[in-house]
Amino acid sequence: MITVKDLSVTFQNSGRSIHAVRGVSFDVAPGETFGIVGESGSGKSTVLKAIAGIIASSSSALEVDGRSAAKRRSREERRLMQFVFQDPYASLHPRQTVDDILREPLIIHGIANLDEKVSAAIADVGLSPQHRFRYPHQLSGGQRQRVAIARALILRPPILLLDEPTSALDVSVQAEILNLLSKLRRSYSLTSILVSHDLGVVAHLCNRIAIMQLGRVVEVVRAGDLRVGAVSQAYTRELIAASRGFTRAVT
Amino acid sequence: MSAPLLTVEDLNVSFPGRGGITRAVRNASFTLGRERLGIVGESGSGKSTTGRALLGLISHPGVVTAKTMRFGSDDLLACTESDWQQLRGRRMSMVMQDPKYSLNPVRKIGQQIGETCRLHLGSSRKDAEQRTLAMLEAVKIRNPDMVYHLYPHQLSGGMGQRAMIAMMLVAEPDFLIADEPTSALDVTVQNEVLRILDDLVRDRGMGLIFISHNLTIVSSFCDRVLIMYGGKIVEECAAKDLHKARHPYTRALIAAAPSLDVQRAELATVTRDPEWLL
Repeated sequence: MITVKDLSVTFQNSGRSIHAVRGVSFDVAPGETFGIVGESGSGKSTVLKAIAGIIASSSSALEVDGRSAAKRRSREERRLMQFVFQDPYASLHPRQTVDDILREPLIIHGIANLDEKVSAAIADVGLSPQHRFRYPHQLSGGQRQRVAIARALILRPPILLLDEPTSALDVSVQAEILNLLSKLRRSYSLTSILVSHDLGVVAHLCNRIAIMQLGRVVEVVRAGDLRVGAVSQAYTRELIAASRGFTRAVT
Repeated sequence: MSAPLLTVEDLNVSFPGRGGITRAVRNASFTLGRERLGIVGESGSGKSTTGRALLGLISHPGVVTAKTMRFGSDDLLACTESDWQQLRGRRMSMVMQDPKYSLNPVRKIGQQIGETCRLHLGSSRKDAEQRTLAMLEAVKIRNPDMVYHLYPHQLSGGMGQRAMIAMMLVAEPDFLIADEPTSALDVTVQNEVLRILDDLVRDRGMGLIFISHNLTIVSSFCDRVLIMYGGKIVEECAAKDLHKARHPYTRALIAAAPSLDVQRAELATVTRDPEWLL
């Protein structure tokens, strides 16, 4: 469904070049959920943004659904994938109601039956009709993230890109959103890429996981192997150990 | 254990607002010895407010009441603003979540830490500099002489948090509150910072209150844990027994976190019972 080969992203900063992503390659099969984990600055979000076409990148191949996505994309091609961002407080327009927010992508893509589609999208993500004319500040963090997910799915894209969708949320709300994502993934047979710094979250939701460090993919492992620690790289082992909590050195 | 460092009985913090009074902390009672006490809870559970109340940082119109709030031989309820000035920084202090927002962006790291020494220990300029450099070394900053002359924006998150810890510990307080000290950091850095905190607390025999939303960290780092929900302490247990917790809220929180060890088709969600707040 998605093929990434030798993807590199370079930023220019006051005359210096920063190589944020260096030669990253992977494939995502239809219906698969692919995870990318890494620490801050590892380039994980940058990979996602390059695939979405939000930032410029260079690669020997970047294909989505069999078509090259390396060039300027048509409206039709952009509709194939939608993005959910980390911070639901920052990714929804504060002066638009939920209704406005959900209507906009439909209008841009010239889709009919606005009213029906908006109310279906609201029901889909577990919000009730009373939320439809509220502003983001009148919703909780979890409800806002539901709106962001509804906005991404209202165009019925086959691919969903998720950039740390639950890291701004409390554990109990995170559980609700993760459950919602697995339910929607099943009902719409979505292909998705999930970026997170939380190994527990990626192991829960993903089939395969790429571990990134300093702009490179260190290795790609199956979720089951990650759980039992059957990994080949020292860095991955270090990440697993660190995420299991603090260990007091025995003295 | 000898007499506790800190005794709190029936602590209440409330904020009047347009919709009536919000009770952020309700009848919280606990003691702290020379140990690591964790406070866990979700946003709005009152964990940070409890910490701030202990340092006298709840400002108008917030109201703090308690039956007892004792720190060593001092009655915190009777403290005037100038008494607090004597206590805060010198005998109790607080490390906040994000070094980006809690360090002064226009002063060098060394000057900021030195200021604490000069203010609370009456150090001379020279003595302050020496203490600062020694403290930077104690928090495992490899190059204290260089970091002394850097501005906060020139440090990484982990380094900034170490500088914060250095600033809070340089006056050798008896009691430290760490409010989500590692939440803004990467996991691998997180553990390094925890290790530094752990060593310093043990070597100096301090009491530590560690506030966090992360159950894994708290259960592996602390000795004892308080679980807060809606301003109330709903459960207290030994950190290593957290997985055996009894309160339905604690159990639900543990079950809601996706874990590397257990695979679940669906995560448990938290069903809130209004009775928990009674």
